[in-house]
Amino acid sequence: MTDLTKLTIADAREGLKNKDYTSLELTDAFLSNIEAANGQLNAFVSITADRARDMARASDTKLAGGNGGALEGIPLGIKDLFATKGAHTQACSHILDSFKPAYESTVTSNLWSDGAVMLGKLNMDEFAMGSSNETSYYGDVINPWRKKDSNQDLVPGGSSGGSATAVAARLCMGATATDTGGSIRQPAAFTGTVGIKPTYGRCSRWGIVAFASSLDQAGPIAHTVRDSAILLKSMASIDPKDTTSVDIEVPDYEAAIGKSVKGLKIGIPAEYRMDGMPGEIEELWQKGIAWLKDAGAEIVDISMPHTKYALPAYYIVAPAEASSNLARYDGVRYGLRVPGKDIVEMYENTRAEGFGDEVKRRVLIGTYVLSAGYYDAYYLKAQKVRTLIKRDFDLAWANGVDAILTPATPSAAFGVADQELHADPVKMYLNDIFTVTVNMAGLPGIAVPAGLDKDGLPLGLQLIGKPFDEATLFQVGQVIEDAAGSFEPEKWWG
Amino acid sequence: MSVDTDTVKRVARLARIKVSEEDATRMTGELNAILGFVEQLDEVNIDGVEPMTSVVEQTMKKRVDGITDGNKADDITLNAPVSEDHFFMVPKVVE
Repeated sequence: MTDLTKLTIADAREGLKNKDYTSLELTDAFLSNIEAANGQLNAFVSITADRARDMARASDTKLAGGNGGALEGIPLGIKDLFATKGAHTQACSHILDSFKPAYESTVTSNLWSDGAVMLGKLNMDEFAMGSSNETSYYGDVINPWRKKDSNQDLVPGGSSGGSATAVAARLCMGATATDTGGSIRQPAAFTGTVGIKPTYGRCSRWGIVAFASSLDQAGPIAHTVRDSAILLKSMASIDPKDTTSVDIEVPDYEAAIGKSVKGLKIGIPAEYRMDGMPGEIEELWQKGIAWLKDAGAEIVDISMPHTKYALPAYYIVAPAEASSNLARYDGVRYGLRVPGKDIVEMYENTRAEGFGDEVKRRVLIGTYVLSAGYYDAYYLKAQKVRTLIKRDFDLAWANGVDAILTPATPSAAFGVADQELHADPVKMYLNDIFTVTVNMAGLPGIAVPAGLDKDGLPLGLQLIGKPFDEATLFQVGQVIEDAAGSFEPEKWWG
Repeated sequence: MSVDTDTVKRVARLARIKVSEEDATRMTGELNAILGFVEQLDEVNIDGVEPMTSVVEQTMKKRVDGITDGNKADDITLNAPVSEDHFFMVPKVVE
């Protein structure tokens, strides 16, 4: 019998409909992979096997009656940031110890009503703050990819490192993830998977633990461009419970896949060519340009002069919003409480013990930049710079550019506990240099695997689109996928 | 702009996070590295530029100011570290 965990969502959708296998068989195949691999990869922080089998049986009944939903019987992993009723929802933070919500996030509700099956909750950087999945209270996630002839553990990227690892190692068919500065696209690039951050306002933020509210967006990580289109179609919706959810119907993204890119204008921004960028990244980018040109797209050079200011502006806006959002963790309403001699000491002890170092760092930066007298010098200035970053993109669209092609990350995956990166927080932040502009401008961006580096590690290309034009990203992304092929890590775990 | 250890302690107090002397010293260096990094923004001419308030042009959605939810005190106090009769219990605040 074929290995069911090697199927794409698109394949499994057909197989389930044709009754080649059941959702329960599919679900059990993934549960047994998780069982075998999780001790080494640490992708799941909670495995909901009983619930998964119940959901799979219910799906099989529906499929037997011929009335399955768009994702009927498809087993998925859910990032720990999404509220799932009665299940582990702790943003991988100590401060949310034992929290189990009495409600369901809009995104996961949408998935369940389309028939998807929940395998469990996925590891992530604490409160989605990190680029290596090393800030989780539940320990590091390990990348299933290793360098050729090496057994060094590599990071899967972050913050959606559990999502990326679980998909790459075949522990789930697809996963939910979130992206505030690159947290979907960077881990996707590090693991040879596809990840899309849709336009801000496309997926509801209701029931997703908040980090930086003006930047946070949910999106999927999957094996193929088509699978990511299938998942996004179900995750996205118009939600009255999120005031920033936008009133635009969710289109059929799959319809865009396979359409010719002939005549599309693809912008190549000079400013994404950074000093000290490895030659392999530049080569990959040139390869991507050649593929799109061969497919009939028109390549145009564009300039985005404010690119370099996106990351510094992000490190004002994101911590400022985080410091406000995380004020709610006070040891009173949920999670951890550490006693003190009075209520203020109780707050201080709880937050000192409950938050990890990276979260504390960002809460302090945020508190500082918002403190009396500094608002104009920091937050207001950063928001003005954001307008300029967005204007660079608006100008490209006004000149007829349909999508922009850039590298996804400045390097391949690096080692766990890399000393240089841990000694200097800013160096770690530079991982998001190509992805963060997209969050600052609220645009959609997709990372598609495009090749392997000299050590055999995956590298990705990023496509950036116009607001609510995810369809073009899937259309162009498919051309890259067709040219580059797909990438599978050699199995050393389980 | 850079911060000294006393400022870090004051900010930690505002953020209600207890820091030891050692934490405060270490964090001073880390925070200054980040503040130094964001200083690049001083190069940008922002004269006459409006701050970005929304990524998508949209009028904020409004709803009728009415009660749409409630009667779920069990759910609300479900995850509280200490609660009694649907009240959150905290250390004594008023003498």
